Amino acid sequence: MANMLWLQSGGCGGCSMSLLGAEGPDLITTLESAGIELLWHPSLSEQTGAEVRQMLEHIIDGERALDLLCIEGSLMRGPNGTGRFHLFGGTGIPMIDWVGKLAQRARYTLAIGSCAAYGGITSAGDNHTDATGLQFEGELRGGLLGSEYRSADAMPVINVSGCPVHPNWVTETLIELALGEGRADQLDTLGRPRLFADQLVHHGCTRNEYYEYKASAEQLGHQGCMMEHLGCLGTQAHGDCNTRPWNGEGSCTRGGYPCINCTAPEFEEPRHAFMETPKIAGIPVGLPTDMPKAWFVALASLSKAATPERLKENARSEHLIYPPTLHKRKN
Amino acid sequence: MSRIVVGPFNRVEGDLDITLDSSAGQVTGARVNATLYRGFEQILLGKPALDALVYTPRICGICSVSQSVAGALALSDALGIEPTRNGELCRNLILANESLTDLLTHFYLFFMPDLARDVYQREPWYDRVATRFRAVKGDATREMLPARAEFLHLMGLLAGKWPHTLSIQPGGTTRPVQRQERLRLLAILSGFRRFLERVCFGDDLERIAALRTPDQLQNWRAQRPWHSSDLSTFLHLSEQLGFDQLGRATDRFMSFGNYAVQGEMLVPSGVWTPAEGRLVLDAGQISEDVSHAWMREAPVLHPARGETDPVAEKEGAYSWCKAPRLNGQVVETGALARALVAGDPLMTALVSEQGGTVHTRMLARLFELARTIPKLQQWVLQIEPDEPFCNHPTRLEDGEGVGLMEAARGSLGHWVSVKRGRISRYQIIAPTTWNFSPRDAREQPGALEQALVGAPIREGEADPVSVQHIVRSFDPCMVCTVH
Repeated sequence: MANMLWLQSGGCGGCSMSLLGAEGPDLITTLESAGIELLWHPSLSEQTGAEVRQMLEHIIDGERALDLLCIEGSLMRGPNGTGRFHLFGGTGIPMIDWVGKLAQRARYTLAIGSCAAYGGITSAGDNHTDATGLQFEGELRGGLLGSEYRSADAMPVINVSGCPVHPNWVTETLIELALGEGRADQLDTLGRPRLFADQLVHHGCTRNEYYEYKASAEQLGHQGCMMEHLGCLGTQAHGDCNTRPWNGEGSCTRGGYPCINCTAPEFEEPRHAFMETPKIAGIPVGLPTDMPKAWFVALASLSKAATPERLKENARSEHLIYPPTLHKRKN
Repeated sequence: MSRIVVGPFNRVEGDLDITLDSSAGQVTGARVNATLYRGFEQILLGKPALDALVYTPRICGICSVSQSVAGALALSDALGIEPTRNGELCRNLILANESLTDLLTHFYLFFMPDLARDVYQREPWYDRVATRFRAVKGDATREMLPARAEFLHLMGLLAGKWPHTLSIQPGGTTRPVQRQERLRLLAILSGFRRFLERVCFGDDLERIAALRTPDQLQNWRAQRPWHSSDLSTFLHLSEQLGFDQLGRATDRFMSFGNYAVQGEMLVPSGVWTPAEGRLVLDAGQISEDVSHAWMREAPVLHPARGETDPVAEKEGAYSWCKAPRLNGQVVETGALARALVAGDPLMTALVSEQGGTVHTRMLARLFELARTIPKLQQWVLQIEPDEPFCNHPTRLEDGEGVGLMEAARGSLGHWVSVKRGRISRYQIIAPTTWNFSPRDAREQPGALEQALVGAPIREGEADPVSVQHIVRSFDPCMVCTVH
């Protein structure tokens, strides 16, 4: 058995909402069968007010063990380092103080979502609230707990990033930890479980045929590839969004809009409009990372020259203009 | 007189604490504190105009689509762009999918578990209710979660994912619906409707929607055992616990109107009071007061001219929430307000008798759920897969726009100004900003602050259960409140 405490810090609660959509089986069954007992979750549990404050104090005093500490939302250090932008309700104490103390007791500490992992949306703009992640501040190690932090089981913070997280990224990470199979070398360099971070959003993208021929969508909702004009980062973004879709059969690219690489630190400040591809001399900036640029450009011009009419026209349309042709059988 | 601070509140979205004054076993005064400030109105400054569609849904993970819709409406107003008919139908479907999911989640996960608390264990109905509604462990949670998740497959098809979609644009939606997908949508809706009829209401939705007077509702109830469905269970417990006497606020209700298709609103906008009936809403009379918020002192401003400048210390301040007012008055917003403004006869009769209470707020949500599902089925049938889904804007240089709509929890407004393609002002007033506002400069308490006065406190209660019921009857969303 392992117990789990979930706290919401400076975020939107969307990762919890996404998690409630876990399917096959549902969230409660998933946790039960993994032997995970819910100590407290703000959207689900009965205990409120004094009971919760007392439970947290018992954990901090060491009277009650804590296995899995899940933090959702950015850690709000402002204004002026006081943490006043988020006092935990009913306690008058900044949430960052609660999290700092609980993390010292937890067997594993998990950042749920890109806010808790890296700062995320809450840290966008000039980050006037001084929001940070648990062990990263954007791409830099550090954050609230510091780069040296290790949980009681000698693990760094596990960054189940995403805005929001896919429910299975959370449940499978929890199951792995509950089985005692969690290992630091199963995290990538940004602290993300390789369970989901070893895939690219590009994998399984339903627009792959358009990508192959560089048949590009010109507007949102067109059927073509969104990399050339619409800011899609699916070829660089880590996540299995298109091999294990969302809400039954969806994903961002299937929804007709670009991947904004929400599992990565600093996705919230792309330094250009999200839905436009920045270009230099007509060539998109930020091509696939593990391929020489010249090769990519050469291949792209070749495949563009070879694009079938079907793909060229379908790419720039909301609707299918040309269905695939039927090959004639030889008599 | 004694004073206690209640919190953290759970089974509300976001973080909340409330300072209660009491005497002789009753609440005599309340101060509601939204304890988290993130500052989206500051984050948005200087961003490319359409990027608002990335940031604003992330204000809230439970009202994400509502924020998208308000943002898209404000931008289409500023751009002077009209959505396509298909785009409007799909936008309505996506929005209704989120809102109805919220109504369901609120009933099963947030409100009902308080009735399974130990404090009620001597009540004759307790054992059944505890088995069904106890938090996490009750049968109802296990039964509703899969139904909820399957209903949200509509999001997978129409919005890519939920929460935080970019599919809702000023000119429509980015997800053209193919012929087979239109049929799939019908199947998803039928599945959810079946769950509602079998489990939640215990009757056909048409028969529920046809209950138009308190007597008809009473007769419907009398014809079946109190535990035969979750609606009848609620009606029984509400009567047993006197929810019709609990949590009355200002009885001035507001709706911004919702679900437009080609200029026609399915849900009308307006203001309603028991004495005056339905009145026209003048959104020009909305203002925000910062006298009790941790915001730099400023005059009372219309949101199109509003400012957001947080300060750490301020005499007399006790919340990050500003105090929105309509004509200087406190209003309540939500499903009950929508029903009253729309002239719903059952809710009008009930509120004329008892006011806005825990009972009427909860009932209005359940009835909205029952009455809206058939509309979704009609919208799907009206989608024409071969017609366009999205009109595309040309570049927005300068402009101002307003987006007013109804989220599950009530009236949501976005006010945007754009200069040289970039956002120069963005102001948001969310439903719970209205309902959970602090006092204003005239010391008028907000709607919840009024609703809590008179709430009974039992001997020795640290977290009075009546306060829990009243707070949750508003279905607060605290992350939207301050944003």
